[in-house]
Amino acid sequence: MVSFEIDGKKVEAEEGSMVIHAADAAGIYIPRFCYHKKLSIAANCRMCLVEVEKAPKPLPACATPVVEGMKVFTQSAQAIDAQKGTMEFLLINHPLDCPICDQGGECELQDLAVGYGGDVSRFQENKRVVLNKDLGTLISTDMTRCIHCTRCVRFGQEIAGIMELGATGRGEHMEIGTYIEHSIDSELSGNVIDLCPVGALTSKPFRYSARTWELNDVAAVSPHDAVGSNLYLQVRRDRVMRALPRDNAAVNECWLSDRDRFSYEALNSEQRLVLPMIRVNGELQATDWKTALDFTVKGLSKVIDLCGSDSIGALAASNATLEEYYLLQKLVRGLGSSNIDHRLRQSDFSHDAVAPLFPSIGLPIADIEQQQGVLIIGSNVRKEQPIIGLRLRKAFLGAARIMAINAVDYEFSFDLAHKVITPPKQFVASLSRIAKKLANETGTTIPAAVGDWAGDVAVSDSEQDIAKVLAQTGNQTALLMGQLAVSHEYYDSIYQISQVIADMIGATVGTMLSANSAGAWLAGCVPHRGVLGSTENNPGLNAGQMQKQSLKAYILFGVEPELDCVDGANASNAIGSADFVVNLSSFMSSASDYADVQLPLAAFSETSGTYINGEGRVQSFGGAVSPKGEARPGWKILRVLGNMFELDGFDYTSSPEVFAELDLSNLEPSAKLREVAIMAPPKTETTSEIDLERICEVPLYASDPLVRRAHALQACADNPPPAARVNAAQAKELNFSSGTKINAHMGAAIVALELIIDDRIPNGCILIPSGYPETAALGGPGMTRVVRA
Amino acid sequence: MNKLKAYLQSFLLWELLKGLALTGRHLFARKITIQYPDEKTPMSPRFRGLHALRRYPNGEERCIACKLCEAVCPALAITIESEQRPDGTRRTTRYDIDLFKCIYCGFCEESCPVDSIVETRLFEYHFEDRGENIIHKDQLLALGDKYEAQLAADRASDAAYR
Repeated sequence: MVSFEIDGKKVEAEEGSMVIHAADAAGIYIPRFCYHKKLSIAANCRMCLVEVEKAPKPLPACATPVVEGMKVFTQSAQAIDAQKGTMEFLLINHPLDCPICDQGGECELQDLAVGYGGDVSRFQENKRVVLNKDLGTLISTDMTRCIHCTRCVRFGQEIAGIMELGATGRGEHMEIGTYIEHSIDSELSGNVIDLCPVGALTSKPFRYSARTWELNDVAAVSPHDAVGSNLYLQVRRDRVMRALPRDNAAVNECWLSDRDRFSYEALNSEQRLVLPMIRVNGELQATDWKTALDFTVKGLSKVIDLCGSDSIGALAASNATLEEYYLLQKLVRGLGSSNIDHRLRQSDFSHDAVAPLFPSIGLPIADIEQQQGVLIIGSNVRKEQPIIGLRLRKAFLGAARIMAINAVDYEFSFDLAHKVITPPKQFVASLSRIAKKLANETGTTIPAAVGDWAGDVAVSDSEQDIAKVLAQTGNQTALLMGQLAVSHEYYDSIYQISQVIADMIGATVGTMLSANSAGAWLAGCVPHRGVLGSTENNPGLNAGQMQKQSLKAYILFGVEPELDCVDGANASNAIGSADFVVNLSSFMSSASDYADVQLPLAAFSETSGTYINGEGRVQSFGGAVSPKGEARPGWKILRVLGNMFELDGFDYTSSPEVFAELDLSNLEPSAKLREVAIMAPPKTETTSEIDLERICEVPLYASDPLVRRAHALQACADNPPPAARVNAAQAKELNFSSGTKINAHMGAAIVALELIIDDRIPNGCILIPSGYPETAALGGPGMTRVVRA
Repeated sequence: MNKLKAYLQSFLLWELLKGLALTGRHLFARKITIQYPDEKTPMSPRFRGLHALRRYPNGEERCIACKLCEAVCPALAITIESEQRPDGTRRTTRYDIDLFKCIYCGFCEESCPVDSIVETRLFEYHFEDRGENIIHKDQLLALGDKYEAQLAADRASDAAYR
């Protein structure tokens, strides 16, 4: 520790830290533009000049290391003079357009200009003009306002890992831009809006719609990924105007992914369901709540009377709140059925019995950056869980070796030490070979079934390398399964063998799921377990079974079966052919075609509730705005339904009362299987050689009903229209070229798509994304025959 | 001596005569009463009456939706909503003033960076129905158009003192 003085105040700082750190810690404010606590030091704005005793000239506080006994003066005549001089230079080219600038009111330059700017400019020459850049649908630019602090440039280089912005030219001719005209496609691009200290980079969807001083901050939690990013919803006149990050060092630090930042647009979507609706004579009619609820109760009672309570089932979205899950399962179980599930994108449920208490990523999110090794299994983690991707990049910069077994050679913001790019069908075999090799390395015995899965194929070089690295990184290793693993037909085996690998070296294993998957398990929203993991004596049907065999009645909670289920086509057929479908939803959707009752559900910003993220962090939040139209919070709707069915224990008056019924203390993020029991591999099926295996990823901006209705995200370059992608060799073999119109056949379904050549795809595979209405007819993963249209 | 003087003054009704003299002077002086509404008093160019929104000579509305008037209004009488117009400029979609809330302090006019919201010399207006007290953007712009000559002249005459 070094002790020195700032403004006569004794402060201590770690050796090698900068004066500005110590000043911030001591509560002494030094003005700054280019310095940011999470970015490297550039010292190019010169606003933080301070006087240091015995130094001939003022020194930048952000780049001056602390020295024992030094005396720093931030308010001396020399310091103030230097800061005022800097300010005058900064304001030379800055336009005087604060009244129309969206940054007005939260602008660091504006604030400091009040303190350090002159009242009259001495600059008589022409101000420079910089043409605006088109950076896509999320960020709007006014580059004349730029003061060249290069925070946005450093963010791209250091944090997001892709340098999309840079500075060209020098002096007066310096410009921040993309050099070659293209949009900013990073999944974290919105953060440059927060970083920009002036109004050069502002939010495009928010543009000119409100001033910052009109907005009230309401703390909320993002409903999109397993991170549960903390955010502020900024509200004006009962309308969510934008979302900003809320600092939480353990979760999202000060960052926010674009999906979390811009999905608020959907809250004000014209597709919102605002009135209860019932189907009369085949037509949906708007009605009042009482009629709709009576209709619901009558309809469900009729099905129960005729076909028994086992004939009703409930499917919930994976981002409902804990309280909603709890009440939904209480209602369904109260009616005598255990057919309840939220795992819509999972195909294999074999390990239900040995599953952990709740699914987690296996370790605290903040610990990811300390790992020595990470093995990603079937995940485009950068797009699926942007903030985890960011932590992985930090781990990578800290010399962690990150490896992947993937079906697509995804571009990450970190380099992969070793990778196995293989068709999804080979995931288990490849993982088994790694396990076998690792067992050799470490001298442990592993279940024989692993060897059966590995087959006779020789261990490839990259598999060997992965095994070697895993043996070295030992218990500082995390195995992370993503969406391609979870929706895999042998997810169970992937999980089990990952567990075997993890057990050998003491690593953690985890799955990266949705905002409240953990909450759903804990609330008992799974068919085989009750509240807090209690054993269910009469396990019901799981999501996969409910999507395949049609029940007589369905309750859909925030689900769009066509797009949210792993096999959307089958799911909507099964649900569509039911006698009675209750659709609790925030939006009009394809489920409206067959729903008998639609009950408008409040969105996450309109209800109080709790999310439990992938590390078991319990995060409760209150509503930010009142529900749109006649929509009501889910827990209220379920409570009233419970009362109308005359079930016991539905007398809640608030959502915290529901929450209080669950004891959620000591949630450890461990996704360890209770017992490893690997299934024997199936007999190899003979598949036609001309068929390609479909890789069925769910792209970033097709992941849930909310993002699918956020206009700016839908229009951005990171959300290209769905297409079929194969590698060049495959395309040549099939005699296709880029842009060929093809028909993809899966079973009886045919979908017309454009072919794109994409060398990230392994041989024998075709990438056709799901989550789009265009591809929904194809269903889930499987073999696809591709013919020229 | 003073005592005697006071005594004589009260005895001779001196005060009364003095008062009557004043009355008499005014009886023959020029009258200041005006016959409102046939006649009107002169007005300052700074008079703060009914509001108006001005335009530039090319017909473009001045208001840029900076919302400073809304922020400064001590009576919270102004409500503004804004958006990006197709041509890319920042414009209001709604500009309402509740004239019942307004205290005619003139802060809105003072805060306006583009001299858009102004207070005219109009003070004689009334409402016949509920809700008419809230005047909208189109009404304000129409007022601005109608009185533009006067408004411009008033602002020009006062410019030296701003």
